[in-house]
Amino acid sequence: MGLLTFLTRADPTQLVHLPSGSFTIDREGTILTSTVPQSFPSGRMQDIGEQVIASFEAAKQAQMPLAEIIVYYAALKVLARELRGGAIIFLMPQSLNQPLRRNKN
Amino acid sequence: MLTQPKILLLDDDQDFLDLYREMLSQHLSCLPDVRTASTGARALAMLESEPFHLIIVDLNMPKMDGLQVLSIARRKYPELRLVILTAIREEQFRTRAYAMGVDQYWIKPESDQEMGLFMESIESLLNREANGGFRGVQSKSLVDIVQLECLSQSSTVLKITNGMAVGKIWIQNGEVIHAEAPGLTAEPAFQRILTWKTGSFENLTADLAHPRTIFTSYQGLLLNTAQAFDEAASQILEAPREGSAAAEAASTAPRLAELSQLNGVEFVLALGTDKNSTQDSWGLENPKPVAEWMRKTLENFNSLGDRLQVGQLQQLIGTGPQRKIAVAASGKSELCVGFSPSLSAEELRETMKNILTKWAS
Repeated sequence: MGLLTFLTRADPTQLVHLPSGSFTIDREGTILTSTVPQSFPSGRMQDIGEQVIASFEAAKQAQMPLAEIIVYYAALKVLARELRGGAIIFLMPQSLNQPLRRNKN
Repeated sequence: MLTQPKILLLDDDQDFLDLYREMLSQHLSCLPDVRTASTGARALAMLESEPFHLIIVDLNMPKMDGLQVLSIARRKYPELRLVILTAIREEQFRTRAYAMGVDQYWIKPESDQEMGLFMESIESLLNREANGGFRGVQSKSLVDIVQLECLSQSSTVLKITNGMAVGKIWIQNGEVIHAEAPGLTAEPAFQRILTWKTGSFENLTADLAHPRTIFTSYQGLLLNTAQAFDEAASQILEAPREGSAAAEAASTAPRLAELSQLNGVEFVLALGTDKNSTQDSWGLENPKPVAEWMRKTLENFNSLGDRLQVGQLQQLIGTGPQRKIAVAASGKSELCVGFSPSLSAEELRETMKNILTKWAS
């Protein structure tokens, strides 16, 4: 029974690591260059890029044009700079053990 | 104490499920009812059909991984206790799991001693009161935690997260030597942190080289804090008699005006998280387009965070030629604050932390 279980067991999916790297995306949502590991699904990169471009576009429509957006999640920091309608996007995983910024006073 | 707690065990390895079901149901004194599921979809269906107190999840599974299951479970069943039991030791997954709100992250026990500790922790999670307390240290107040650390003469850094606010307390050889909270350091920071009733809590590696700013003994510190609590409690009891109706009727406008006095603030816009709620603003001629942008942007990035499994969206900061802006959710409100473009990124984040703390309080 144990052998049968071993033989018939499906391979576990690989858990997706949060990537560290950057990529550029044009205004149409096409990824142009990337230093993000290939293990990170391109669909997710596309997803991030599209949200960022939509946000830049919506800010422009709200009469509040933005050149840079930084999104802080609990486990990931996304920094995006506008590039003529497209964007360069940096992905930086965050760690629990990051030191707090020291107060200046 | 629960009558018969229910545990759901999720792993793709049937042998593991059989072994742990037996151990949990026989070795815990509360004699829990342990159910098992071998796929994420099955586990979610079981959670849908009957209430559970605790779910123990493996991370690496086919089709739907543990993080996906947990992100759905956290959103749909906020009272459910979440435990990860995995062989994955990577720091990144631990960070992401805690960011998503799990209670405990366990590496699969490899010795009797580790198994004993795991069983104890599950039992204490099941016995934990439903409300209050800090995730990671069941049913203990911060005063208890500080006392425990000091009595055991340990050296550590306690990191406490309360909503958007993060505080740290440095303990060296059983003495509190330093504390930091948003906008505060030393003793005032310590007192502020101890007012937090809920949140999450972590023990970081000791920072022995950190300069000392607190010289009062820990007993003295806790005594001062207790006195401050008593005074605050008596003021709260007296306040409603003076006119609670007036306080309730007060609009958010004065609060926004107060926030605008902070360093570099040019405008403040507050929205309820409910789509039909009204907006209040200070310093904006036409708040409607900004409000629409904020709502749409927060919605989009929140759902992106869910898909990426990276925890809650804490803050969004934008920089434009005319001004910088910061957007964050605070309780039942969403805040958008415009800042002078000359403000540095660090100053902006500090001011925004102050704003969120003031708004929440």
